[in-house]
Amino acid sequence: MADDKIIKGDPMNTDISDTGHGYEDRELTYYDDNVGGRAVFVDAKEQWGDEDPYPDTTILPERDKDMTPVLEVKNLGIDFGGLTAVDNFSLAIGRTEIAGLIGPNGAGKTTIFNMLTKVYEPTRGEIFFNSKSTEGMNTVDINKAGMARTFQNIRLFDKLTVEENIKVALHSYTDYHLLNAVFHSPKYRREEKRIHEEAMKMLELFEMTDVADHKAGSLPYGAQRRLEIMRALATKPRLLLLDEPAAGMNPSETAELMKTIKEIRDKFQIAILLIEHDMSLVMGICEGIAVLNYGRTIAKGTPAEIQSNPQVIEAYLGKSRGKMEEEEDIEKQDPEAAFKKGKVTSKVESRPDRAKPAADHAKGTPGKTDKKGKEIR
Amino acid sequence: MAERKENKAGAKRLRNIFFGNEYKKEATISYGILIVGYILLQLGANAGLIGRNLQGQFVPICVYISLAISLNLVVGISGELSLGHAGFMSVGAFTGIIVTRMMEASMPSGNVRLFFAVLAGAITAAIAGIIIGIPILGLRGDYLAIVTLAFGEIVRNIMNVLYFGLDGKKLKFAFNHTIDGVEGNQRIITGAIGATGVTKTATFTTAMLLTLFTLFVVLNLKNSKHGRCIMAVRDNRIAGESIGINVKKYKLIAFVVSAALAGMAGAMFGQNYSTLAPLKFNFNTSVLILVFVVLGGIGNIWGGILAATLLTILPEALRQFADYRMLTYAVVLIVVMICTYNPTIRARAGMVWEKISPRKRRKKKAEEAADHDETGKEEM
Ligand SMILES: Nc1ncnc2c1ncn2[C@@H]1O[C@H](COP(=O)(O)OP(=O)(O)O)[C@@H](O)[C@H]1O
Ligand SMILES: [Mg+2]
Repeated sequence: MADDKIIKGDPMNTDISDTGHGYEDRELTYYDDNVGGRAVFVDAKEQWGDEDPYPDTTILPERDKDMTPVLEVKNLGIDFGGLTAVDNFSLAIGRTEIAGLIGPNGAGKTTIFNMLTKVYEPTRGEIFFNSKSTEGMNTVDINKAGMARTFQNIRLFDKLTVEENIKVALHSYTDYHLLNAVFHSPKYRREEKRIHEEAMKMLELFEMTDVADHKAGSLPYGAQRRLEIMRALATKPRLLLLDEPAAGMNPSETAELMKTIKEIRDKFQIAILLIEHDMSLVMGICEGIAVLNYGRTIAKGTPAEIQSNPQVIEAYLGKSRGKMEEEEDIEKQDPEAAFKKGKVTSKVESRPDRAKPAADHAKGTPGKTDKKGKEIR
Repeated sequence: MAERKENKAGAKRLRNIFFGNEYKKEATISYGILIVGYILLQLGANAGLIGRNLQGQFVPICVYISLAISLNLVVGISGELSLGHAGFMSVGAFTGIIVTRMMEASMPSGNVRLFFAVLAGAITAAIAGIIIGIPILGLRGDYLAIVTLAFGEIVRNIMNVLYFGLDGKKLKFAFNHTIDGVEGNQRIITGAIGATGVTKTATFTTAMLLTLFTLFVVLNLKNSKHGRCIMAVRDNRIAGESIGINVKKYKLIAFVVSAALAGMAGAMFGQNYSTLAPLKFNFNTSVLILVFVVLGGIGNIWGGILAATLLTILPEALRQFADYRMLTYAVVLIVVMICTYNPTIRARAGMVWEKISPRKRRKKKAEEAADHDETGKEEM
């Protein structure tokens, strides 16, 4: 009975042997016209050379390589008025990969999340989610297709309780209609009981059952971030997007979060793409990393490759190293080493020369593509 | 001792049933106010303690409470400003009157006619809600308020030129002129004069039943998937979309259910008078209903119930002020608004309440005792 409730990619009911992602019945819309399937990447490389518009699937984790990537982004770009916030962004994410998106403030990371979830309509480029183009989809369709996200500036349903925040995310899996709701029919009671249990299971997993009845808006910061992750997970996604999940957390909370993110991937067998400034977290759990600067991708690779990439170090640490060396902090005296150790965090981000592009954008008039009329973070 | 413990456990279980969570608490208080109020008024009327004038207000009070509850669904739960609630009320009222007039010959029971009037009022008002809801629910905030305001005025203006009459058993209608061959008491609705010759079928009891039904629908809806989606979108639209909530669909549900309930209340209202002019359902009435909701505390259903009751009785109670009646009414309204929304006054009131409320006092004592215990343990 409960079994027929299992839905593709249902994280609460995932059997590891059958990952339930439905690769078996995937639609090959993207590969169809290329006999030999993925050979297309080779052709494209030859054709495009360095300007390869196809995401590099060779850096997918070994275990994900024989499955189509959960997400493929090709030449994605967006302009706000005359300003190019993101350009030529390409990326592939494996079915069970934890991937990272890093870069200084204002680099365009959140904007990429907004394009993936169709909060913004991209100006250029293509997004294939679960092998299907997301063209013409809106934010709601994207979530239904299996992409869920958190927000850099926490966006909870403040006046609902913690449990309700999760229950509302289960709405697609709550099977009763308006008349049942109005008359609290037996079907309503059955379904409410079921999703109550499901929500409590989720809360147990995150060790937050004791605050189930609290208003979401009254939670401490760290708990709010975790609730956002739970809410996103409750929609049973294939791909989870986390926008600065460790922001505002102390080191021990961050370490805890890092463990949680790994657990989520292992338990639910889903892909995770995260934006984060905390290098210990990024280098600690990401298998593939893309680095963004001024809207352009400056590097892609494994944590080791990224840490030794001179362009990345430059983007993160800037040229004015001399000034920093004057400071007493040992780590700051050798920022390169500090960066490699994964200890550089958003402190470096907030340097005024990095904040500048954001200020420029703010002055510009919003572009056509900005359908919501204001910045969504 | 054991007995006392058992009693305590029983009391705890009872408290859990009636006040266990926010929904239960809200339901208990709201139903409680309505039922206790009904019994008190009924007893008072039977004992001859309540004057004719006030007794005449019983049905309108129930109707206005229903309207406040249903408007709360849009303003409090869905978070949209609607200024056209009287429009739905009007649609329901006149539909109900037409239906009862058509049934009069064949159905002697007033309560059955009333039932069908209310049902028909719900259906037509819901249709009106869908027709204006679909195009406007993409609009936000002020725009929605303006369009709903216009809707209310449009309904009133249409009713001003609409003529309905019974020719034998056939229902006839016309715009802008009386219907040939339909004379005297065959006329049901006569333009700006409105409905005449209505047989009153509404009673305090049936009106209260409708109010209870309205409360039932709104509270149940609030505590369901649909209610949660509606409130989620109110709290954060973008986050709502990001978890796959179809914003327009749920806003429309709130709007249409609210409209249908307003239509029912309107139908009840129409069955309480022998004549009813379209002017009754003007902008002032929409604003009045909104005032109930705001005064009761947006989203607070039992607050709206109390506000609707007091503000319906107040004008009657102020009759002795004759010419200054409306002025006094407005002043009272302003003072109450300032008092409820001024944070310092609210804090003061809270302090006073804490001093006089026995439960709070007991709780405080218990807390102090608990503190004492803990510190005691620490010392050990
Ligand atoms: N709706 C918008 N209108 C104009 N500029 C925007 C909008 N959204 C984002 N931007 C700009 O795009 C750039 C990238 O922002 P963002 O993606 O938030 O950076 P981050 O990498 O810190 O997440 C910033 O300069 C920002 O000001
Ligand atoms: Mg950002």
